[in-house]
Amino acid sequence: MTPSGDEMTDMRLYRPRVSTWWWTRKRSYFVFVMRELSSVFIAWFVVYLLLFVYAVGQSEAAYRRFLGWASAPWVVGLNVVALVFVLLHTVTWFSLTPQAMDVRLDGRRVPGFHIIAGQYTGLLVVSLFVLWLVTQ
Amino acid sequence: MADSIQMRVSRFRPETDSQPHFQEYDVPLRKEWTVLDGLNHVKNEVDTTLSFRWSCRMGICGSCGMSIDGEPKLTCGTFLSDYEPGPVTIEPLANFPVIRDLVVDLSDFMAKLPRVKPWIIRPEDHSHVEPDVEYLQTPVQLDVYRQFSMCINCMLCYAACPVYGLDPDFIGPAAIALAERYDLDSRDHGKGERLDVLTAHDGVWACTFVGECTKVCPKHVDPASAIQRYKLKSALQTVKAFLLPRGAR
Repeated sequence: MTPSGDEMTDMRLYRPRVSTWWWTRKRSYFVFVMRELSSVFIAWFVVYLLLFVYAVGQSEAAYRRFLGWASAPWVVGLNVVALVFVLLHTVTWFSLTPQAMDVRLDGRRVPGFHIIAGQYTGLLVVSLFVLWLVTQ
Repeated sequence: MADSIQMRVSRFRPETDSQPHFQEYDVPLRKEWTVLDGLNHVKNEVDTTLSFRWSCRMGICGSCGMSIDGEPKLTCGTFLSDYEPGPVTIEPLANFPVIRDLVVDLSDFMAKLPRVKPWIIRPEDHSHVEPDVEYLQTPVQLDVYRQFSMCINCMLCYAACPVYGLDPDFIGPAAIALAERYDLDSRDHGKGERLDVLTAHDGVWACTFVGECTKVCPKHVDPASAIQRYKLKSALQTVKAFLLPRGAR
């Protein structure tokens, strides 16, 4: 084990402390924390969707009760906030994907914007399919 | 352009100070002067007691990293004129213990670096290899890891990383990028050994992908990419170990 600086020369070091509010110091840190927070709203949308599917599966009355609950101002408000966070989640993670994936064709690295464009294309295709499904 | 600019420099003298304080110096503002030139002017002409590290003045040695207006930067590559009209605040790199003034203690990184085995590991016993044996590599094979080999150990990524600031056990961006550099090398056979170190609790999974390490890197190494690629590799390894019979992994 390598000795630390303190042991080697008996130095008195100043050890800075990280503030609890470090994430408000810089815009990029703030966006990061908001991106992390967005996963809570992703979880909320999953729960919301499950409740919706469950109500549809139960009966028409249950479905109408769900619609009544879902149109309450606080639920609408929560869903609007959740939508904003879900969009933030999508945009930020899509833009980070090329850093995690090293796609190579013929030994050359595929440019990041191709990977990002691929994801948006996928999102569009799935969204159009869902739209087609619910408007049938 | 004004004739001079004020530098607010963080001072810490361990013999007398319990915590750092700022001292102001007015330095000439010249178009070609970097922050390091300003500090050297102070050291040579104004206050010889000021301590800071520097060596090459051309962004290669990685020793002059400091926090400039709160951003980790190489002082030799940062121009004073970009901070006009000033003042410009110079502090030691964040997240490291301060030894004196702008000098930080890097022993933590020095202890972590060898843990990721940043050297080429060969399957054969080195004692039996002829000294003039060449391990050839094609330009395509070189291109796969080249970016990660550009690290100059300047520690800007550690200073920018809030995860390292909050959890000093985290092995950190530069060490992981160097591990990736050797993992991707076609001559290397040490992937398994490094994976054991990097998938430990203080390894890649401690990273939450803030991405600041990549933004501040003066050599465009992209440590955040190295870490995420390692996570992918480690996850695939786990899935393979679970699904495939022993021989096929």
